[in-house]
Amino acid sequence: MKNSNKNKIIYLDYAATTPVDPRVLRAMLPYFSEKFGNTMSLHSVGRQARLALEKSREKIASIIGAESKEVIFTGSATESNNLALKGIAFANKNRGRHIIISPIEHPCIIESAKWLEKQGFKITKLKVDKYGLVDPRDVEKSITKDTILVSIIHASNEIGTIEPIEEIGRVIEKFNLKNPNSKIYFHTDAAQTFGKIPINVQKLKVDLLTASSHKIYGPKGAAILYIKEGTKIEPILHGGEQEMGIRSSTINVPAIVGFARAAEICQKEMDRESKRLSKLRDILIDGILKSVPNSFLNGHPQKRLPNNINFSFDFVEGESIAIQLDLLGICVSTGSACSSAKLEPSYVLLALGFAPQRAHSSLRLSLGRKTTRKDIDYVLKILPEIIKNLRKISPF
Amino acid sequence: MKKLQKNLNNQKETGIYSNEVMRHFQHPHNIGEIKNPDGVGKVGNILCGDVMWLYIKVGKDKKGREIIKDIKFKTYGCVAAIATSSIITDLVKGKTLKEAMGINKEKIVNSLGGLPPVKIHCSVLAVDALCEAIYDYLKKQKREIPQDLQKIHQRIEKEKKIIEEKYKDWIQVEEDSIKELKN
Repeated sequence: MKNSNKNKIIYLDYAATTPVDPRVLRAMLPYFSEKFGNTMSLHSVGRQARLALEKSREKIASIIGAESKEVIFTGSATESNNLALKGIAFANKNRGRHIIISPIEHPCIIESAKWLEKQGFKITKLKVDKYGLVDPRDVEKSITKDTILVSIIHASNEIGTIEPIEEIGRVIEKFNLKNPNSKIYFHTDAAQTFGKIPINVQKLKVDLLTASSHKIYGPKGAAILYIKEGTKIEPILHGGEQEMGIRSSTINVPAIVGFARAAEICQKEMDRESKRLSKLRDILIDGILKSVPNSFLNGHPQKRLPNNINFSFDFVEGESIAIQLDLLGICVSTGSACSSAKLEPSYVLLALGFAPQRAHSSLRLSLGRKTTRKDIDYVLKILPEIIKNLRKISPF
Repeated sequence: MKKLQKNLNNQKETGIYSNEVMRHFQHPHNIGEIKNPDGVGKVGNILCGDVMWLYIKVGKDKKGREIIKDIKFKTYGCVAAIATSSIITDLVKGKTLKEAMGINKEKIVNSLGGLPPVKIHCSVLAVDALCEAIYDYLKKQKREIPQDLQKIHQRIEKEKKIIEEKYKDWIQVEEDSIKELKN
């Protein structure tokens, strides 16, 4: 197959990470060498940095419908998720030791939960349906007097299914109202949804929410954990008492300024961009279903991220497809970027009830700001031929 | 050491795979099946993500020694699985059976300019497929099977059982869904 696209890379892995928006970069630049201060310093240079930090906090808080003091900056979504699980677990262990998660969480939740299990906490992994949806009634049934935390991903990084967070929030709220002596906290990992679909912490009825900068055209190295006022949480990093004592570390001001600017831009362009991407997504999904026999869409057909596409192709293996596409200038992932170094099939697809071979043959394409109709047409031209050639080699 | 350095350099050029692996992956040699093969080796399991089928045709050279006259493969798997299948067909085509049985995973890995550590098992799979094909040939010929080959065959059978046990629910699901399709 000839690469007719030699000079251009078509990046379809925006769920892994995104390029920094030039407007974001411009906002960040003064905070490297000019306004370089430490937010904890008393002098004018420190004050300058502190001002930038607090302005950024206000911006992000207002976007998610929170108070400024409820937003904590961290270094990554992984850190925010670790803080949410471990911080809530350790602060509330005298009340209870039971935590509920879904089986399709990001590895940083799954592994944190596993670690907590070793520390004596009890973990319940809920079931999901064939689209990856959690049933709020299952959450209700799994709650016990010992439950202190429920953590459900807002939308799957791998298959794009958007979970019924609001309904689950209502279930938890109902339980908390009926049982004034106990308090179940509700956390959602919104790393894949923040900046893409509207998020309001009041409406979602969450106590904690994770969002990340580098998924929304901001720099790497900044994220938030929204922590509702009154939430009992223990820090996991101890030191200089930054971020209200919950996350000690010198503040990464340029990254945080960039994150806030990126969030602002995404919020402003959200309606238009999500409509544009959903349309391209559906063209690509329909195109693949029509042109590749024995192909299956993974995840929910409607309740899904505007930019996520995840397919399984019978009789071929995901990595082989991804590398063939790469040779022709198209960047995609098998499953999620985090799992591609491992040999195990996607645990997310296994949780959906699919056989391991379907989980071995999955491919994730995630669209973004630079994706055009031309890119989609090019993929639709190339992909069916790649699958056909690999199937020729396959014994099945 | 020099070889190792070369392998590392190769991997640097293209990311995780050497140029030689990529060459075989992009243009695999000897793809397909052989009609009326003298021996077939089927190894791996789709549930684990790798399946390799090797077909051999046995002939004789001028000295009357048995050689692998023709060899073809069909593989389901990752880049490394396809590349190791392709290279093993190159390495043994025209070789005597004895020479072919001498191929080991190191030979395959070196011929490919290295493999990432997590993919070394693909080279084992290729050697296994070849051994199984030769085993199948000798068995069909009702010939004596060398002890080494017998041992390898027993290990492969044992591994097959372990995998079937591990995935028995899935194997049932698969059979049911195939039945459903046929109905």
